[in-house]
Amino acid sequence: MSRRTSRAICGVLLGTLLVLSGCGAREPATKGAPPTVRLLTEAQYRNIIADVFGKQIEVAGRFDPIVRTEGLLAVGAGLATVTPSGVERYVALARSIAKQALASPNRELLVPCRPVAKDAEDPVCARQFLGTTGRYLFRRAITEEELAAVVKLAGDAARARRDFHAGLEIGLQSLLASPDFLFVTENATRDPRTGALKLDGPSRATRLSFFLWNSMPDEALLQAAEQGRLDDAPGVEAQVERMLRSPRIEHGVRALFTDMWALDDFATLEKDPTLFPAFGLAAANDAREQVLRTLVDTLLVRDADYREVFTTRKTFMTGALGIVYRVPVSMPGEWSPFEFERDDPRVGVQTQLAFLALHSHAGKSSPTLRGKAVRELLLCQRVPDPPSTVNFDRFNDPASPGKTARARLQVHSTEPSCAGCHRLMDPIGLALENFDGAGQWRDDENGESIDIAGELNGTRFADTAGLGAALADDPAAPACLVRRTYSYALGRAVQRNERKFMTYLDAQFARDRYRLPALLRRIATSEAFLKVSTPALQTAGSAAREGSAS
Amino acid sequence: MITRREVLRGSLGGSAVAVALPFLDCFLSSSGEALAGGGPIPVRFGTWFWSMGHTPGYAVGARTDRIEFLEECRSLIPHVAKINYFGHFNSPLDGRPNHVHHTGWVATRTATAPALPGDIPAPTLDVLVADAIGNGTRFRSLDMTCTGNPRDSFTARSTHIRNAGEVSPHALYQRLFGTATEASGAAGADAATDAMLQQSVLTGIGEQRKRFERRIGASDRARLDEYFTSIRQLETQLALQRSTPVDAAACRKATDPGEGPVGLEIDVARGNHDSMTRLLTMALACNQTRVFNMAFNNALSSLRRPGTAYTHHTLTHEEAVDQQRGYQPEAFWFNCRVMEALASFITAFDGVREGPGTLLDNTLIFAHAETSYAKVHAVDNIPVMTIGSAAGRLKTGLHIAGHGDPISRVGLTVMQALGLPLERWGTGSLQTSKTITEILA
Repeated sequence: MSRRTSRAICGVLLGTLLVLSGCGAREPATKGAPPTVRLLTEAQYRNIIADVFGKQIEVAGRFDPIVRTEGLLAVGAGLATVTPSGVERYVALARSIAKQALASPNRELLVPCRPVAKDAEDPVCARQFLGTTGRYLFRRAITEEELAAVVKLAGDAARARRDFHAGLEIGLQSLLASPDFLFVTENATRDPRTGALKLDGPSRATRLSFFLWNSMPDEALLQAAEQGRLDDAPGVEAQVERMLRSPRIEHGVRALFTDMWALDDFATLEKDPTLFPAFGLAAANDAREQVLRTLVDTLLVRDADYREVFTTRKTFMTGALGIVYRVPVSMPGEWSPFEFERDDPRVGVQTQLAFLALHSHAGKSSPTLRGKAVRELLLCQRVPDPPSTVNFDRFNDPASPGKTARARLQVHSTEPSCAGCHRLMDPIGLALENFDGAGQWRDDENGESIDIAGELNGTRFADTAGLGAALADDPAAPACLVRRTYSYALGRAVQRNERKFMTYLDAQFARDRYRLPALLRRIATSEAFLKVSTPALQTAGSAAREGSAS
Repeated sequence: MITRREVLRGSLGGSAVAVALPFLDCFLSSSGEALAGGGPIPVRFGTWFWSMGHTPGYAVGARTDRIEFLEECRSLIPHVAKINYFGHFNSPLDGRPNHVHHTGWVATRTATAPALPGDIPAPTLDVLVADAIGNGTRFRSLDMTCTGNPRDSFTARSTHIRNAGEVSPHALYQRLFGTATEASGAAGADAATDAMLQQSVLTGIGEQRKRFERRIGASDRARLDEYFTSIRQLETQLALQRSTPVDAAACRKATDPGEGPVGLEIDVARGNHDSMTRLLTMALACNQTRVFNMAFNNALSSLRRPGTAYTHHTLTHEEAVDQQRGYQPEAFWFNCRVMEALASFITAFDGVREGPGTLLDNTLIFAHAETSYAKVHAVDNIPVMTIGSAAGRLKTGLHIAGHGDPISRVGLTVMQALGLPLERWGTGSLQTSKTITEILA
């Protein structure tokens, strides 16, 4: 029996065991973690503005980067704050958005009342607009004290400007620059019966909506929260079902994978235009969109097994991408479905441009970076940092420069300080060496043919189809998605006390035949998802580090 | 036309308030010259970061009776009289790992060795300086990076409170010299009203602080504190727009460099560096800030030449050493270009007349790398320079040999020269209380 066959059987057995262990199993208890305070990510900010004011509002400005923590910006957002220059930008953004929203014709659509006079304050109409809008922006009912303050601000401004809408503009700016908007601050209360800490309705709604939609709750969800319908499991389940059926679930899935696979790095991706003339801005933008479309199609539209993303030949193509892939495109001006031939080496998302180009240098491919990305992003396996005391002289032998990456990296396997980690990365990345630094096909490197045989966790393969199959067979791949999704959902690292729950989720995911919507449902309706504990006296750093337990 | 006095006396609802001013229109004459300034010239502090260190034996000579810049640093020779060079200061890590291209700059700027990759365990020294001298200006600090990526910044209060770098000269221009009033289209009395309203928005937000503090836990409270402090800083920033420029002759209106490419192609990075430097010197001359940070490249220098496969960083590891010359020629080429950028930075500062000297004379620039020799990731003997005399507080033109002392001695001395009441700085073996007295005037 080959090692590959043996491994595949093990995978099936493990899957079966996971299914059996999940059958009828009760959710293991968790302790939860303290309520979180998360800075809105750029995508969330933009989504909310579009949801509240419409897509015509331009959000023009740069956001301060959040530090990716435990593999996710969503976790970093739970530790981030706003620097002075960041506040400067938020206030400028708030001003710009308020100005657009209160300018004609937008204000006719957005302001639900007409002022008594256009050149004077009107507290009644101002209350109506600012109260309604504030409820969406703060993701909870705005308190009387808060509303009174912002209406007064708008009134003072209206008098000073002799313009009702100019006053509203100042009031709205104040809401948009408020920490109640910029920070997703969860609120918990004591259950009078049990004494346990419990997230209040609006916080539950917000947790659900940012997880599944990457935006604020809609009216139905807010109402459910306000009416206490999220206080019990059936109420939560009803809303989760509705949310999973909503078209907005696509935003949520895109956001999850954008974060998990660090697709935000496209913002600063550079390729040398002389070496890779086909990989311009249009191709780069389309490459990012391509992988997201592939994921949405596989996981939502076709509701397929998650592991299929590593073996699928189905994708979507544009004219700009067709040039880089060197394939004919039927409708160059728009997106069209595309399927690579059965013998084509493009198998799975790891052979698409986005993955290949992101994990390369600006002027050349990098088997090491690609292998590292497979380990860390797709399998959640940490690759140790390179040692600081490497003797690079062996790499710099001018008498025998390797023509291929394999030849050059060969030295790593013979240098003890390098071998341990490079053995984890290079055999994966070398399988992708027929794709250059921009992800384009190449037959050879420097005139020498490329050997793409590789190995992943004991499974040897001869080509990219083999790599895809090895990834699909590796239990670490679905387990990685489970952990990242749970962590993403809560905006914090997985806690030690949640290990059993992770095993339970692994089993449920297998039982659900690795369908993403089922995983989202399992998490969103679990007790663990909404559970909170009393804040401990801990530092932000220690809170982040606790998650490494998983 | 609105006068400055009218703007400053603006009021809302009868009560006098601090008013945000459109910066240049109120302070510059129609010819672009500043109105009369006056007052003492302040001392400024800034950092200039580069990565990949030096080529050993080709950057700075071993003699210590004076600085001997060699081929790689040839562009610095004209400025040698205004530079101090610090060699053979070390970064003892107390058993903590050397996180390559990270530990070195963190140790140099925080006097603490990071335990984990990416950690910034203590505030960088520019943040400490800004806390001390940055509150009296419109911008507490101006942070720029020439790589096109705002994450390539080396100034932070902690791991999660990092000051992102401005990457676009045009955006920097807009921030410095474009005005909120211009953006709103308001003018004259409307501009004054507008400024007051902006102030009132910030005041209203600041008043929410106590309500927030009641709702959240201790660790989150610290994060929100930072936010509210930033709001307060912005309030101050708006109010301080009425500050008088320090030197009328120096304060001329800068021109908008316009939209342009950003990125790691070395000529693009250099062009943006020079454009942002011009704007920075103007902002300093006009007393808009007293603290700044310029990062020329990222820690894993991804600078590249068009049409070549290797980056600056990959060259330092993968390029063969030329046996005759004794170094990696392509990596050396990049190192030379980086030092040319530093020379250009110095030239720009020295070209702004200020009082009897130049802006450089009233500034202290702390320039350093993250490694001494990139090929082997060494964090001992990281090259550090101070440039400028901080208005005569430092002697210059000296080559100081550290003899293995912790590199934190340089940062401590710099902060003490700037007037910070510090007796010691840092943690572990990087902690020091030893001032480098040789450079104090």
